[in-house]
Amino acid sequence: MEAHGWGRYPRLEGEITYPVTSAQCVSEVMHNAGLTPQGLGRSYGDSCLGRHMLNTRYLDHYIEFDEQTGLLTCAAGVSLDDIVQTFVPKGWFLSVTPGTRFVTVGGAIASDVHGKNHHLDGSFCDHVIQMDLLLGNGEKVSLSPTLNADLFHATCGGMGLTGVILSATFRLKSIRSSDMLTTTIKAADIDALLDAFEENQDASYSVAWIDCLARDKNLGRSLLMLGEHADEGPLAVKGKRRIPVPVDMPANLLNPYTVKLFNAAYFHRIRQSRISQVASLESFFYPLDTLDNWNRLYGRKGFIQYQFVLPKSGGIIGLKKILERISQSGMGSFLAVLKVFGKGNNNMLSFPKQGYTLALDFKVEPKAFELLNGLDKLVLDEGGRLYLAKDARMGEAAFKAGYSRWSEFESVRERYHAIGAFSSEQSRRLGLR
Amino acid sequence: MKILIIGATSAIAEATARLWAEAGHQMYLIARDETRLETISSDLKIRGVCQIDSQQMDVNELSQHKLIIDKAFDALKFIDVVLIAHGTLGNQEACEQDFEVALQEFHTNAISTLSLLTHIANRMESQKQGTIAVISSVAGDRGRQSNYLYGTAKGTVSIFLQGLRQRLYKSGVHVMTVKPGFVDTPMTAAFKKGPLWAKPDVIAQCIDNGIRRKRNVIYTPWYWWIIMAVIKMIPETIMKKIVL
Ligand SMILES: Cc1cc2nc3c(=O)[nH]c(=O)nc-3n(C[C@H](O)[C@H](O)[C@H](O)COP(=O)(O)OP(=O)(O)OC[C@H]3O[C@@H](n4cnc5c(N)ncnc54)[C@H](O)[C@@H]3O)c2cc1C
Ligand SMILES: NC(=O)c1ccc[n+]([C@@H]2O[C@H](COP(=O)([O-])OP(=O)(O)OC[C@H]3O[C@@H](n4cnc5c(N)ncnc54)[C@H](OP(=O)(O)O)[C@@H]3O)[C@@H](O)[C@H]2O)c1
Repeated sequence: MEAHGWGRYPRLEGEITYPVTSAQCVSEVMHNAGLTPQGLGRSYGDSCLGRHMLNTRYLDHYIEFDEQTGLLTCAAGVSLDDIVQTFVPKGWFLSVTPGTRFVTVGGAIASDVHGKNHHLDGSFCDHVIQMDLLLGNGEKVSLSPTLNADLFHATCGGMGLTGVILSATFRLKSIRSSDMLTTTIKAADIDALLDAFEENQDASYSVAWIDCLARDKNLGRSLLMLGEHADEGPLAVKGKRRIPVPVDMPANLLNPYTVKLFNAAYFHRIRQSRISQVASLESFFYPLDTLDNWNRLYGRKGFIQYQFVLPKSGGIIGLKKILERISQSGMGSFLAVLKVFGKGNNNMLSFPKQGYTLALDFKVEPKAFELLNGLDKLVLDEGGRLYLAKDARMGEAAFKAGYSRWSEFESVRERYHAIGAFSSEQSRRLGLR
Repeated sequence: MKILIIGATSAIAEATARLWAEAGHQMYLIARDETRLETISSDLKIRGVCQIDSQQMDVNELSQHKLIIDKAFDALKFIDVVLIAHGTLGNQEACEQDFEVALQEFHTNAISTLSLLTHIANRMESQKQGTIAVISSVAGDRGRQSNYLYGTAKGTVSIFLQGLRQRLYKSGVHVMTVKPGFVDTPMTAAFKKGPLWAKPDVIAQCIDNGIRRKRNVIYTPWYWWIIMAVIKMIPETIMKKIVL
C-alpha cells in the first residue's frame, strides 16, 4: 500500500497493519523486523513510514480518568481531537497541544510535541507521568521519570524507535471556559517582533505568523498572537465539520506572486497595531484544522516543512541571516510560524531548546532542496537543529551534529532490544541502527 | 435511553456506542472477546455512559441465545434500542471449495441473527415499544460472484427483517435495516480504499439519525441507495457477463 506523511513527500510502498489489541501488537513485533509505529500520519516527512507499519488507529480507548487531578490514562492511538471533544465540556484541556488536533497521544509522545505555551509549560512529555511500552522482544514495560528512566527519556521524543507506546498517563489542565482572550500585535520587523515576545513572556500562549517574503526594512514583519483561557464563558467545542480539499491543486497555484499577495493581505488585514478579541478554543489553537486535507494545496508532488531552532545566545543575528536567505530566494511558503522556546528538557532527542524556532513550508522542487541544504549549514553553525517530526530530507551529519545525544540514544535502544526491531525510513536516512 | 448491542466489538457498533455514550445512556454489551469487552466498557464509561454491563457470547452458540437475551432484558428492565452488528466477511473462494466453510459463514451472518431476532422480537413485542436495528449490507441486495455467500446471508437477514417489521409494527416496535456500503473497519483492512469508502463514525451518525426518524431501511452513506438502485436494475442477461 502506498503511504506518505502529511507533506505527501516522500511516498513509498509498505505494508500497514491495524491491530485491535495489544496482544496483536506483540505478534506484529515478533513477526516483523524493523517495524514502524504509526499514528495519524501528521508528521510531515518519513518518520512514520517503513516497510512494515503498525498503525494504532484501533488502539483508541480511554482507560482511566481522575476527575479530581485531571490525570488521564489512555491507549496510544487516542487522538487529541477525541480528548478535546470529550474533556473540554468537562472543563479540562490538554496541557500541551500542537497546532493540529489530529495527532495521536503516541505520536505526541514520540515527537515530544510543543505548543504555544512552551516558554512556560515545556513540551508534551513534561506532563506524562507514566507509559507502557512494547519492546522489540515482545515484553511490555512500564516507564516513568523514575522507573526505567533511561528508556523513558529515550522514548519521549524518540520517534517510535524504542518500541510501540501502548498507553500513557498524563495530566490535563483545568479550564473554566473554552473561550480564549486573544491579543494580536503587529510587528513591523524582526526586532520589533522579538521585543514584543520579550515584553509578553508572561502570556500563557504566544506565537507569531511571519511573512517570509518581506524584505529589507520589512524583514520579519509579523503578527504576534497572544492568548489566555477566559475565566468565564461556555465549555464547548465544535466537532468536525471541516471543509475538504478534495483533489490535488495544480502545483503552480502557490507561486511567489499568489503567496506574496496572500501574506501581504494577511498582514494588512489587521489595521490597528494591537487588537484584542474573544476567540473559540478551536480557532485559536487549530486554525488549519478547518480545512481538511489542506496539504493537497501544494499539488501532487507534495511539500516539505522546515522547522529549526536556534539557541538564544547569538540567535538573533543567525535568525536574521536565515530570514534574509529565505526572502531572497523568494521561495518561502505561506505564512511561517515563529515562536520563542523556553528551556528544553532531559529527553535525548526532544527538539525544543531555549531560543527561537521557525517553521515554514516549501513546495517539493529541486531548488528548494538546494536552499534547505544551505540553511542547514547556517542552523548548525549557530548550534541549532531541525525538528524530526517535520523532517524528510536532512542528512546523517546534520542530524548527529544537531542531536549530540544520539549515541546515548542508540545505547539505550541497544539495551532494550530496539535495534533491528524498530526503524523508519527516516531513521535509516539518519544513520540510526 | 437503554441500549443493547450485540457484536459490540465491531468497529461500526463501537462508533455508534460512542455517539450514544455522550448522551449519558445505559448500555448492555454482548460480544465474544471478553478482554475487548472490558476495554470498551471502561472507555464508554469515561465517555459518559452512566451504567454498563457486558456479557461474553459467541453468536454461533444458538443454545445460549434465549438465556442471554433474557438476562439482558431482565438487567435493563426495558430496552429502547437493540443494535445487532456482528458479522464476518468470509472468503468466497473458500466457500466455493468447501461447503462446510460456506455453512459456517452462513451460520454466523444469517442463522445466528435470525435466532437472536426471534428471542428479541418476542421480548420487544411484549414491551410494546422500542427499536431493533440490524446491520445487514448492500451485498444482500443483489448476488455477485465476488461475495455471493456473504450476500446470500445478508439478503436472508434483510428479508427476515421485512417480515419482522410488518409483524412488530402492530405492537409499536420499530425495525430498521441498515445497509452499509464500503466501510473502513478491521473487516476490510486488507482492501485498497477509494473515494466510496466511509469511516465507522459516519455510519454511526447515519444509524443514529435513522433511529430518530424511524426509518425502515437505510443505506449508509446515503449514496449507496443510488448505486444499488442502478445495480439492481441491470438485467440478468447483462449482469452475468460483467465483472462486478
Ligand atoms: C498542521 C500541523 C500542525 C502541527 N503543529 C505542530 C506544533 O505546533 N508543534 C509540534 O510539536 N508539532 C506539530 N506538528 C507535528 C505533529 O504534532 C507531530 O508530527 C506528531 O508526532 C504527529 O502525530 P501522529 O499521531 O500523526 O504520528 P505519526 O505522524 O503517525 O508518527 C510520528 C512519529 O511518532 C511515532 N509514533 C506514532 N505513534 C507511536 C506509538 N504508539 N508508539 C511509538 N511511536 C509512535 C512514529 O513512529 C513517528 O516517528 C504539526 C503537524 C501538522 C500537520
Ligand atoms: N465494513 C464494511 O465494509 C461493511 C459493509 C457492509 C456491512 N458490514 C457489516 O457491518 C457489521 C459490522 O462490521 P464491521 O465493519 O464493524 O467489522 P468488524 O469490526 O470486523 O466487526 C465484526 C464483529 O463481528 C464479531 N463477530 C464475528 N463472528 C462472531 C461470532 N461468532 N460471535 C460473536 N461475534 C462475532 C467480531 O468479533 P471479534 O472481534 O471477536 O472477531 C467483530 O466484533 C457486520 O455485520 C458487517 O457484515 C460491514
